[in-house]
Amino acid sequence: MKKLSIGLVLIMIFALFAGCNNSKTDDVIKVGINYELTGEVATYGQSSVEGIELAIEEINKAGGVNGKKIEAVKYDNKSEESTAMTLTTRLINQDKVVAIMGPATSGSFNSTIPVAIDNKIPVASGSATADNVTIDESGNLKEYAFRICYTDSYQGTAMANFALDNLKKEKAIIIKDNSSDYGKGLAENFNRTFTAGGGTVVSELAYVKGDTDFNAILTSVTGQDFDVIFIPGYYNEAGLIIKQARAMGIDVPILGVDGFDSPELVNLAGEDALTNVYFSNHYSSLDESKVVKDFITNFKAKYNKEPDAFNALGYDLAKFIADGLSRAEEINGESLKEALASTKDFEGVTGSFSIDENHNTVKAVIIIELENGKQVSSIRAGN
Amino acid sequence: MDQLLQQIINGISLGSIYALIALGYTMVYGIIKLINFAHCDVYMIGAYIGFVCITSLKLGLIPALLIAMAICTILGVLIERIAYRPLRNATRIAVLITAIGVSLLLENGMILIASPQVRVYPQIDGLLAKSFDIGRITINMKQVLILATTIILMILLQFIVKRTRIGKAMRAVSLDTEAAQLMGINVDTTISFTFAIGSALAGAAGVLVGVYYNSINPLMGLLPGLKAFVAAVFGGIGIIPGAMLGGYFIGMVETMVAGYGGSMFRDAVVFAILIFILIVKPTGLLGKNVREKV
Repeated sequence: MKKLSIGLVLIMIFALFAGCNNSKTDDVIKVGINYELTGEVATYGQSSVEGIELAIEEINKAGGVNGKKIEAVKYDNKSEESTAMTLTTRLINQDKVVAIMGPATSGSFNSTIPVAIDNKIPVASGSATADNVTIDESGNLKEYAFRICYTDSYQGTAMANFALDNLKKEKAIIIKDNSSDYGKGLAENFNRTFTAGGGTVVSELAYVKGDTDFNAILTSVTGQDFDVIFIPGYYNEAGLIIKQARAMGIDVPILGVDGFDSPELVNLAGEDALTNVYFSNHYSSLDESKVVKDFITNFKAKYNKEPDAFNALGYDLAKFIADGLSRAEEINGESLKEALASTKDFEGVTGSFSIDENHNTVKAVIIIELENGKQVSSIRAGN
Repeated sequence: MDQLLQQIINGISLGSIYALIALGYTMVYGIIKLINFAHCDVYMIGAYIGFVCITSLKLGLIPALLIAMAICTILGVLIERIAYRPLRNATRIAVLITAIGVSLLLENGMILIASPQVRVYPQIDGLLAKSFDIGRITINMKQVLILATTIILMILLQFIVKRTRIGKAMRAVSLDTEAAQLMGINVDTTISFTFAIGSALAGAAGVLVGVYYNSINPLMGLLPGLKAFVAAVFGGIGIIPGAMLGGYFIGMVETMVAGYGGSMFRDAVVFAILIFILIVKPTGLLGKNVREKV
């Protein structure tokens, strides 16, 4: 028994050195992918990774970054925050990556950041929108954390301004997902901007994840005077709210957020109900710019389907990292961080953006209008 | 006033679902003194069978409803045969734990087969998509469908229990199992039949919920199951009219709480009722105090 355990220890030590040797010899740059490939929010992770892989393929085909090919090491964090954190350690210590992409959700992404800061390796997410991702509660910057999407407060503000300025509505009802920080944060920011801009929030209603019956709360507002509804939440419940509201004869415009972006929304709400519905998103397939058109063509060629916002964000994320690598003085975490932080006017599928002093992006919110369940128009707002 | 009437209609629709599920709980409890926790998962499976019938087999609503009821009947009988019958003479707690085990098995089995994601019932066109107005109250045809189906099934149930031989046997077994056996009643068959009826009702409720709310998932039975259980306790567990009454009462309370400002408390209020009833009148609204045989 003793011999066996000594043997095992020797093998482990050997494996450790073997790991080191492998990673230093090649002419490749290793980056990590740490996404939700299974579990609760699997579609977000899977879509992001599709975009990332397409981007890396294109970069390598075009000669890589300064002559070096990018090699991605991909792990599944099972939509669990603790797994996301362990994988970050593994990617940094064992796989020796210079940067990590993912996870997709704010909670999981947040759990990886302390490890990244300790090891001085940048982590970047395509879709972590919570306000506390790049700066902590006391306002200090988390140096090695980046994101390429806008924040929830920015999104809530943009929708409030859209209601006031574009739709000319002044009396809003908010129906928020009270079981997520996402829903609560958005509701708060919408409320603040809408009120400051001269509007009134007639009433604010709440539901929790998994609710299916909204008839009671919708009936309770029918007697009130309002001209727009804002629903900060995910598509599962939002689809049902829209359906039940329209069935009740509530036909005012309904505003939503990027959580609406799913093919399931139209199945849940029904095509007829999805008219006069507007939601903010990161990307629109209706965009006429060349970057977007090329992306859609290439994406369809590889995956044989229409890209969604997470595909686009993943694609931009990988290109953003590659752009940073091409400008970094050396290929290590510290200089890559400097390069990423100084990104200016990056031309992405999800709009052109720069990284600000809080490691957030300054970019336009795209507001998509739905008519009979189809995307009919998109406008850029808030920038 | 209009709003109140509208809320009452919402409450009745929701209450019908609870009543259908609660009947299964109460019948099984009445006959073998077991709270069948797997019951709410039979309801979930009913919803999935309806989903497959409507989307893959392209059947209409009525055939889908009947098929779901039939398969749930078989499932209910199988559960009783495999999981509960071998424990007929075991302690009550052993059977109860088995029931929880069966419930977990069905839930996770369905997650394995159908993945945990939410499935969407297709939109049903034609008559069911319509709604009509009475004064300023809107009633849609799905609400009518739910209420009508529930009433038809309850009348049928009442007929079976009160007017048929097997119903008489059920009542006899419920009253005193041993005496019933001595009188020549086949207790095992009677218990199987009880599970069959309860499960059929749950299956029907599953399909109705799918059509009404559109979205189903493997854990959909959890909360409605618990609420239906509260409904059964409220009406007096083991008493069939009590379950109906309890179902409608709970549906109404939930709607009123959500409709008048407390949407975050609606689940809490339902469970507060459970605690209150258990303290004040443990036998339920229609329950009589029967002395336990020792």
